[in-house]
Amino acid sequence: MTHKSPNQNGFLVRNHDGHPAALTPAYKSSVTRSPTKPLLSFPGSMGEQTGPVFGHDMLGPLDKDLILNFAQPGEMALGPRIIVRGRVLDQTGRPVPNCLIEVWQANAGGRYRHKNEAYLAPLDPNFGGCGRMITDENGAYEFRTVTPGPYPWPNGMADWRPAHIHFSLMGQAFSQRLITQMYFEGDPMIWQCPIVGSIDDTEAIKSLVASLDMAEAVPMDARVYKFDIVLRGRRQTFFENRWEGL
Amino acid sequence: MSQKLLRETSSQTAGPYVHIGCTPNFAEMSGVYDEDLGAKMKTGPIKGEEITITGQVFDGTGMAIRDAMIEIWQADADGGFALTESNFTGWGRCPTDMETGQFQFDTVKPGQVPYMDGRLQAPHITVWIVARGINLGLHTRLYFDDEAKANAADPILTKIEHRNRVPTLIAKKQSSGSYLFDIHLQGEHETIFFDM
Ligand SMILES: [Fe+2]
Repeated sequence: MTHKSPNQNGFLVRNHDGHPAALTPAYKSSVTRSPTKPLLSFPGSMGEQTGPVFGHDMLGPLDKDLILNFAQPGEMALGPRIIVRGRVLDQTGRPVPNCLIEVWQANAGGRYRHKNEAYLAPLDPNFGGCGRMITDENGAYEFRTVTPGPYPWPNGMADWRPAHIHFSLMGQAFSQRLITQMYFEGDPMIWQCPIVGSIDDTEAIKSLVASLDMAEAVPMDARVYKFDIVLRGRRQTFFENRWEGL
Repeated sequence: MSQKLLRETSSQTAGPYVHIGCTPNFAEMSGVYDEDLGAKMKTGPIKGEEITITGQVFDGTGMAIRDAMIEIWQADADGGFALTESNFTGWGRCPTDMETGQFQFDTVKPGQVPYMDGRLQAPHITVWIVARGINLGLHTRLYFDDEAKANAADPILTKIEHRNRVPTLIAKKQSSGSYLFDIHLQGEHETIFFDM
């Protein structure tokens, strides 16, 4: 067989300014779990520049409906009903189609359905807390859920997480793989959270805050939150990696 | 042409309950998805040497962490990515066991894949680690200790300045035939993590 080198333009170098540092002591769990040595920088190859592809046929009809996908027949999850929608783009502004998005969250009372969860708030028998979808050709996605509640967590004695939804994005390559969290416009707890505060950049934090869009609300049903996500960009051609003004 | 780049969305930790979203069946939440994605890499008979990779992820105190999630992505035995072998996905996802911290992948030994300059790389697997306390997912690579000749010519392994750290990237063949690949987040044996 031949070993023809594929078109490996690679990805734009990751800008770490908008990412949290590995060690952020106010978030105590990072202290013993943060690498102490610098990351080694190398151009990747196929293993980093490609990734698994998922077909839309893999999805069940309720995968993106957290109000119904764990509910008993005829019942629904409890809480303020919302639709979260947005687009996944890469850094060059192009949509990222066929991107697997997995989300998870606490119920409206701030309680996770997980065997290690010890918070005293009750489970909702009709709420599981997971959903997934795949972006369309325009990079668009949406899912329906209830607003998660804030919850206390073992860090400082009085630390509460702001309401949030966890997002996992597969991208089109392992280099684009990203896990993040979405917060809600107007929540004062955002600015007190050590996990949010691991990001040392106010503008970057604001890009994790979904905006309320009442113009798109479904009457007598659900409010809409907008949340766009940007993944690392692929270089156009080998020589087109110098951008004016940067 | 002037083009302003958007900034990549900031990472946030996967937290302790990553299983709810990524491996709900493992977290004993069944009935939402038929099976956990990435649990099976082989969907039928496949070409090549079938192997098992096991390991643990150790924190800075030397304890195996029990709420991590590992993903791997690799070529098939011919060096192709999910192209030439339809019974092989190339992608695996495994949470570390909630009691022992063990992870395990049943896969196939990857073939050689060219680097950007056309040179062949040693057989390797791309590895990504997330967990509570990890603020940005960690990328590393797994090579094999029974591929000494290919490792000695690998374009990346040979470029690593601190030679004493290279063994952190190399899985060790066990008498059982499986490979052991422990990941150390800190300490004397801190694994090499990449920005690729
Ligand atoms: Fe959370």
